[in-house]
Amino acid sequence: MTLITEPHLARPDDFYAALLHAHRDLTEEQSQLLNARLILLLANHVGDLDVLREALAAARANIVDQEGQPRSTDSGAREQT
Amino acid sequence: MNSQLFAYRKAAELVSGKAGRYRVAVVGAGPVGLCAAIDLAQYGVDVLLLDEDDKASEGSRAICFSQRTLEILDRLGCGERVARKGVVWKHGKVFLRDRLLYQFDLQPEAGHKRPAFINLQQYYLEQFLVERAMETQRIDLRWRNRVISVASGTGNVALTIRTPDGDYAIECDYLVAADGARSPIRSMLGLEVTGQVFRDRFLIADVRMEADFPTERWFWFDPPFHPNQSVLLHRQADNVWRIDFQLGWDADPEIERQPDRVISRIRAMLGEASPFTLEWVSVYTFRCQRMERFRHGRVFFLGDAAHQVSPFGARGANSGIQDADNLGWKLARVLEGTATDRLLDSYDSERIPAADENILNSTRSTDFITPKSKISRTFRDAALQLAHTHPFARGLVNSGRLSVPHAYGGSPLDSPDHDTFNGKISPGAACIDVPLAGRAGPAWLIDQIGNRFVCIYYAGSNRPPPEPLIEGLGDEAVSIETIVIGTVGWPMTTIPEHVPTFIDTHGLFAQRYDATPGCVYLFRPDQHLSARWRTLDLIALRSALSRAACLHAPALAAS
Repeated sequence: MTLITEPHLARPDDFYAALLHAHRDLTEEQSQLLNARLILLLANHVGDLDVLREALAAARANIVDQEGQPRSTDSGAREQT
Repeated sequence: MNSQLFAYRKAAELVSGKAGRYRVAVVGAGPVGLCAAIDLAQYGVDVLLLDEDDKASEGSRAICFSQRTLEILDRLGCGERVARKGVVWKHGKVFLRDRLLYQFDLQPEAGHKRPAFINLQQYYLEQFLVERAMETQRIDLRWRNRVISVASGTGNVALTIRTPDGDYAIECDYLVAADGARSPIRSMLGLEVTGQVFRDRFLIADVRMEADFPTERWFWFDPPFHPNQSVLLHRQADNVWRIDFQLGWDADPEIERQPDRVISRIRAMLGEASPFTLEWVSVYTFRCQRMERFRHGRVFFLGDAAHQVSPFGARGANSGIQDADNLGWKLARVLEGTATDRLLDSYDSERIPAADENILNSTRSTDFITPKSKISRTFRDAALQLAHTHPFARGLVNSGRLSVPHAYGGSPLDSPDHDTFNGKISPGAACIDVPLAGRAGPAWLIDQIGNRFVCIYYAGSNRPPPEPLIEGLGDEAVSIETIVIGTVGWPMTTIPEHVPTFIDTHGLFAQRYDATPGCVYLFRPDQHLSARWRTLDLIALRSALSRAACLHAPALAAS
């Protein structure tokens, strides 16, 4: 199995709203905790370590440069524009 | 404790004035050095064992000894004493704040001679090992003998040794350095140990008390009596309990060591009503690191001298004793001239991956217990919170992944499978114990193998062993003893008396070794599986033996 990156969510707008709604009224720290718990729950649901590694690499891509060093915020911002 | 055991005596060299010459000198009479010396002595090698001190360890230090360690100690002739004195445990509980998160059972299956773990203070283990060492009559154990110089040459190793009566010199063929994490031998040879230092401090206390806690490993994350840190409670022999308090990096070791302060921490944990006495206190930090190589010519590094881990997982003393278990038979065979020097190189190729496995596991435990960043703390807390209600998250909670023996998969000594086997063991792995019945009554598989090469033939109910196995496979260089195992009801009387024969009373040999009638298993002197086949192939067996024992080429040709 490989990581699905083509559209797969049944109702993307509803999911996105639900994700933001889950964070309502939370402090920055509580939101971090919610995200962490969510990641662990979803990771267990996926189960396959290869798929999870792909997802981790995809999530980290462009946050770090080719050598794996974190980019400074400035260069990250330039890349986005 | 018998103080005679640790009595200093004037070295023979200082009496005679002549430089001593030894086959093997072992430096460090802790658990690892003692095991190495006893193993060599059992193989008939005379050993000089040197220690700079003249007493057993102060405080409990290493306390958790694994099933594999007990099996090695059985082979070394003192497993029974250690097991009898030790406290058997296999259950553990993990708490978050004041709630039980989950519990575990380390030995969910029956049918092993030894339990998953026992707890025993290191000073007891050392005492039993010293007594066993004396029994062998091949170990010259010298207390207050400190090595002050070492020179490793191509033909020997030269040492200068300092004693209360002066200095003397010796030479030895091989030097075994089991002289601890700060290894003076390592420093004197200019060798490095590299790795990771953890920025955390732990308070460790031995407490004597009559408590009704069960004999289990209890680990707390963030308990009410010690907020934001972790605590470990573990029982030892004689109603002594071990308590580890995580203190954090900023704690002042001098202040934390003060008895009043320690006692108030323990009182907060146990409650005012539980009387106790404090036996020993220490504050420690730890590292996960190893030497690049453990063999340096004629010098071998074992245990903490070669590699160090965090204490979570009981991987320090257990892995050191496995180092000794790995080196003993190899050194003995090279010294007796039946094996090539390559056998000694395999100490590195087998024990370095074992050290890496221990370092990896203990680093991961430490990263969980002592999160290094805000985000790793967040994930840690998330896993702990989810573990209450979601069983999957218990698998992420890491309060120490407890020591299991390293399987030497891919070792140059082992022969890969050509036949298909299932089951829990594969070439390179340590023997998995099985209950059996022999001619004289109940027996354990683990007691039948070790100290020599053994070939196990599984007869099932209808496949008597082929002639060559009955007649013996040995030659001058190496002998193999055959052991025959059959199913219940199999007529073992048909096998000649000189061949050890057993019944697989519980069917567990067939199950754990995926054995079918005709299967052959070759075990090394350290009880690790070397090769196996579905049917006997004498050429393959001889070649596997030659590979495992690193036989000299002429011996190989003769076979």
